[in-house]
Amino acid sequence: MPDAARVLAPRIIDAATAIREATAQAMRADERVFVMGEGATDPKGVFGTTSGLVEEFGTQRVMEMPVAENGWTGIAIGAALCGQRPILVHQRVEFSLLAMEQLVNNAAKIHYVSGGRHRAPLVVRLVVGRGWGQGPAHSQSLETLFAHIPGLKVVMPSSAADAKGLLLGAIEDDGPVIMIEHRWVHYASGQVDADAIAMPLDGPRRLREGDACTVVSTSYMTLEAMQAADALASAGCNVDLFDLRVLRPLKLDAIVESVRRTGRLVTVDTGHATYGIGAEIVARVTAEAFSSMKAAPRRIGLPEHPTPSARTLAEVYYPRSPKIAMTIGAVAGLPPKTIAEIIEALAHDRDSVPLDIPHPSFKGPF
Amino acid sequence: MNDTTLTSVTDPATRLQLFRSMLRIRRIEEAVARRYGEQRMRCPVHLSIGQEAAAVGACAVLRPTDQIVSTHRCHGHYLAKGGDLHAMIAELYGKVTGCCGGRGGSMHLFDPDAGVLASVPIVGSNVPLGVGAALAAKQRKRPDVAVAFFGDGAFEEGAVHEAANFAGVHRLPMIFVLENNLYSVYTPLDQRQPTRDGEPMAGFAKVHGLFFEHIDGNDVVAVHEAMGRAVVRARRSDGPSLLVVDTYRFLEHCGASDDDHLGYRPVGELAAWRDRCPIERMRAELREADELDGATERAFESAIAAEIDDAFTAADAAPYPAAHTAMEAVHA
Repeated sequence: MPDAARVLAPRIIDAATAIREATAQAMRADERVFVMGEGATDPKGVFGTTSGLVEEFGTQRVMEMPVAENGWTGIAIGAALCGQRPILVHQRVEFSLLAMEQLVNNAAKIHYVSGGRHRAPLVVRLVVGRGWGQGPAHSQSLETLFAHIPGLKVVMPSSAADAKGLLLGAIEDDGPVIMIEHRWVHYASGQVDADAIAMPLDGPRRLREGDACTVVSTSYMTLEAMQAADALASAGCNVDLFDLRVLRPLKLDAIVESVRRTGRLVTVDTGHATYGIGAEIVARVTAEAFSSMKAAPRRIGLPEHPTPSARTLAEVYYPRSPKIAMTIGAVAGLPPKTIAEIIEALAHDRDSVPLDIPHPSFKGPF
Repeated sequence: MNDTTLTSVTDPATRLQLFRSMLRIRRIEEAVARRYGEQRMRCPVHLSIGQEAAAVGACAVLRPTDQIVSTHRCHGHYLAKGGDLHAMIAELYGKVTGCCGGRGGSMHLFDPDAGVLASVPIVGSNVPLGVGAALAAKQRKRPDVAVAFFGDGAFEEGAVHEAANFAGVHRLPMIFVLENNLYSVYTPLDQRQPTRDGEPMAGFAKVHGLFFEHIDGNDVVAVHEAMGRAVVRARRSDGPSLLVVDTYRFLEHCGASDDDHLGYRPVGELAAWRDRCPIERMRAELREADELDGATERAFESAIAAEIDDAFTAADAAPYPAAHTAMEAVHA
């Protein structure tokens, strides 16, 4: 088959498959790369993201972990200091809270404190749960906890291509990288390169172009924001939509440039709004583009209470595309009637799929 | 041949070297204590005066490619393993020639050339790093071992048990050296841990599948011999070991002074332990055996004093890191 045909052949896979593929390719290319995780070798394979790896690479490179998150995170750091390149995976973000001591005190600082002599190349994959009543301690995004710490890098893919490319970029990085994967993004399908091509961990990507408002979203909320943007566009309101992708180091040049043009800014967090990533973006962008601002910036994020389990409570907990469209419309100064029509259309689309599952194939329980 | 005969320390030259290494650490830390009041070493210091035998006896068995991890009280381990003295003193002064370039201070000593992987000032936090070094040695099929030094306080930390459990599961070339100095800062062991039957902390080894030895930590030869047995086991993949070594800190937890006036130690306890000073004991033993004479000891003292003077002079003269470098090396 000619090369051009191979490259152009459509190849649609979901993000979970893309993550598994990236991991396998990195392990084939570099014997220092290995996987550690509770359930890394079990029959479910961390939502399929590690399935089949132990069969190919064996139990010394796809290592089942004791339930001792801080301990094995420190062990990963020690191995990394000695030249290994571990990939750590937690099936929920919350499990990594038990490992914050090692991540914050050792992983994030050891390169800096050693004057650059120590390297701790490790990737920590964290999965955000949502839906099916995951409840208060199985659904938190918590990216700001990690993004607050100098020395860590934090990425949040929202597509299958980014899941593969950012993971490969994270594995190549010589320092600690936290990759936060939304459980619902695992189902996101798209064109993914078959080759192992690492993406630089270098900042946001513009997904929609327009002059009406600048919108910055993270992770799964990017999928909701795209729906909102497309509905607004059908009413003639074109927004500049950025998927943030890389939360630390935070590169906002393109977003600042956009706001200088649009004069308007809306952020859409996957986590809580208060002290969230949106707060940081609004603060920095406003400081740099204040004279261009035509309206007060707005943040969308989770409300000021923990995630409840019951569907009726979760329904009002998660912001969805109609709320995003309504907020953007208000900031952009659209007539109320136009906004109402857009929300109506979005609500119809939204109500055609179940509230609390990511994909029609999903039957629970995780 | 059993492990004991393999590692018995009868060679006079080795015994003399153990003595000299302890004496050197003592004199270096005494110099730190003496000059601390000048307020030019502007970082916390945790001196190991009284505990030198544990560091020296354990590290004497190791190769430069073996890795150790230490704690906030890391001077003795760092020096015993061969860490560079100039880089240590300069680090205490916050100078650019320090092992961390002035970014870490006394609690972050490391020396990659000597196999001092890292020192970490969060209690217990260093122990998983050591197990990670043992895992890397196994994965990379290298004959190296890893050693984690920690104290009786760290024994209370979950991370230590988590790391030991992992080392046991994977039979890693790992040695845990628990220096029991009876206190966590000012709080005695009996307020922090229940009474246990038999050997102190032996149960720890049993539940995690470790070999266990309980040693007089102020007897440098005993530590050396036990460590030798542990290293032999580790190098031939028999599994990890825990050595509990009993010792005692003469000075305050943090700082350069005596603290007996605070009253947290029972009356007479400090004096009793000073009578068991590891250096005095070794000196007496060597004198008794005619393995150390006055001229040799004076030669040790003068060479050590000269080395210390050099290190302090160099540290004093070295530049501080420039303010504009503060943003460097945040990311690798």
